[in-house]
Amino acid sequence: MVDFGGWDMPVNYGSQVDEHHQVRNDCGMFDVSHMRVVDIKGRGVRDFLRYLLANNVDKLTTPGKALYSCMLLENGGVIDDLIVYFMEEQWFRIVVNAGTADKDIAWMRKQVVEHAKAHPDCYASGASKAESEAPAEAAPGDGAQNEEPAENEVSAEAAPPDEEVKRIPNAYLFGDMTQEEAAKIIFREQDEEPAEKPPLDIADHPDLSIIAIQGPRAREKLWEAMPGSKQLTEKLAPFNAVVLGTMFIARTGYTGEDGFEVMLPSYAAPYFWKSLLEKGVEPCGLGARDTLRLEAGMNLYGQDMDENVNPLESGLAWTVDLKSERDFIGKAALLASPPARKLVGLLLLDRGVLRGHQKVHTPHGEGEITSGSFSPTLNQSIALARVPKDVQAGDQVQVAIRDKMLTAKVVKYPFVRNGKGLI
Amino acid sequence: MSNPENLKYTASHEWVRTEADDTVSIGITQHAQELLGDMVFVESPAVGRKLKAKEECAVVESVKAAADVYAPVSGEVVAVNGELDSAPEKINADPYGAWMFRMKPDNAADVAALMDAAAYQAVVDSESH
Repeated sequence: MVDFGGWDMPVNYGSQVDEHHQVRNDCGMFDVSHMRVVDIKGRGVRDFLRYLLANNVDKLTTPGKALYSCMLLENGGVIDDLIVYFMEEQWFRIVVNAGTADKDIAWMRKQVVEHAKAHPDCYASGASKAESEAPAEAAPGDGAQNEEPAENEVSAEAAPPDEEVKRIPNAYLFGDMTQEEAAKIIFREQDEEPAEKPPLDIADHPDLSIIAIQGPRAREKLWEAMPGSKQLTEKLAPFNAVVLGTMFIARTGYTGEDGFEVMLPSYAAPYFWKSLLEKGVEPCGLGARDTLRLEAGMNLYGQDMDENVNPLESGLAWTVDLKSERDFIGKAALLASPPARKLVGLLLLDRGVLRGHQKVHTPHGEGEITSGSFSPTLNQSIALARVPKDVQAGDQVQVAIRDKMLTAKVVKYPFVRNGKGLI
Repeated sequence: MSNPENLKYTASHEWVRTEADDTVSIGITQHAQELLGDMVFVESPAVGRKLKAKEECAVVESVKAAADVYAPVSGEVVAVNGELDSAPEKINADPYGAWMFRMKPDNAADVAALMDAAAYQAVVDSESH
């Protein structure tokens, strides 16, 4: 077990390499409940996200459609990478990284206030209209400024009085969990009432768990474990999601394989996990998740990019929309400074293992490995490295490993997709 | 898997076996391989290299991490296990069979002074608490 953004998480349940192959060849599952779900609701949410995110949410036109994007600082540095889902016109759902979640939410709340000041026309045109159109699942404090709460009204999000705790159905309890513990999961502690009602409701859901089921047999395994999901997800295209009761099922992942990421209330997650286990879905840890995503050429925040580097130098130019006329945070900085470096793939030709922070010597200057490991699929060491922009695929470079210089080849990535090596 | 009684151990998780010809075989313990996980690379010292006790002399790398291997005693490297080059996973499958290198110790007494299985187990127990 390791500490990961405050979460106690297994690096591997058994053999990390076996877990890796399991996902490439069959199906495995990951508990990724550390990822944070943030819902943004209200009039103007699309305009706000158009400004907040480097990718363009105008690409999202049908409910459930997902988009990968970076959220940037004014100087172009990456605050976080995320997936944004279009739920309905006044509701977008964002999934962010665990370690950055609190920072991300604070940034969003700050930016929405400033954006609303500059563009009041994008947001609520009148209090009464905004309220009547407010989504049913309004978050804590919503509308509290304008209405006296009815005396007998029970707010599900408010800290529960003792009566509420006693009323928690036994079905929500498992193991030796007490009603008080269950109450903490079900009832969110209410944040302090903001002095002023924010232009949009930005609420995170630490009470949601996320379980990723990944691999060529992920779909059939989900349907075996939860037959009710088949009809809804059978025709679900990649990078799309559907709502199923309290669950949210997205055909997304972080492995380069087909599969789902399922969000559901934390009290239900152990049951879901167990039913997948009974159908033979193998639990996989953070270790396999890392080698799978590296083979798939997917960036890891904090390693391949962070606030000190922009997406154009992180292999993420494809996620930055510089063509449309819209302005977004960081756009001016990206346009002002063309990238001098880029992210490339490395394949180690000598024996050894590439690791993050190793120095890379190229004919065009020095670079650095951002993520490196051993690829179980290719049976060879691979890496992502940030190098001077003139380095080309096919070039040979030298990597300093301990006291030796080893030879690696620059390659295009992804290294592996849908079970097959591409190198 | 318990640590074999007939071996000597170091606090840095190497095991040492005295062979019939008084050379010693060196590998990494069950506890070490379990911590590191799936082995993917082994770098052994060159035959003929003179080592001082506790000197870094080899590297084992798993998918997860790289770890140094230290010379348990002073002496000269007389052989390396070439099998591990192509099959480092043997360390996972059979840590006390998969020797990494052999040394001719400068002093046999140095080997005798290393920890026995019980003392090593105490080190492992103290690390996992």
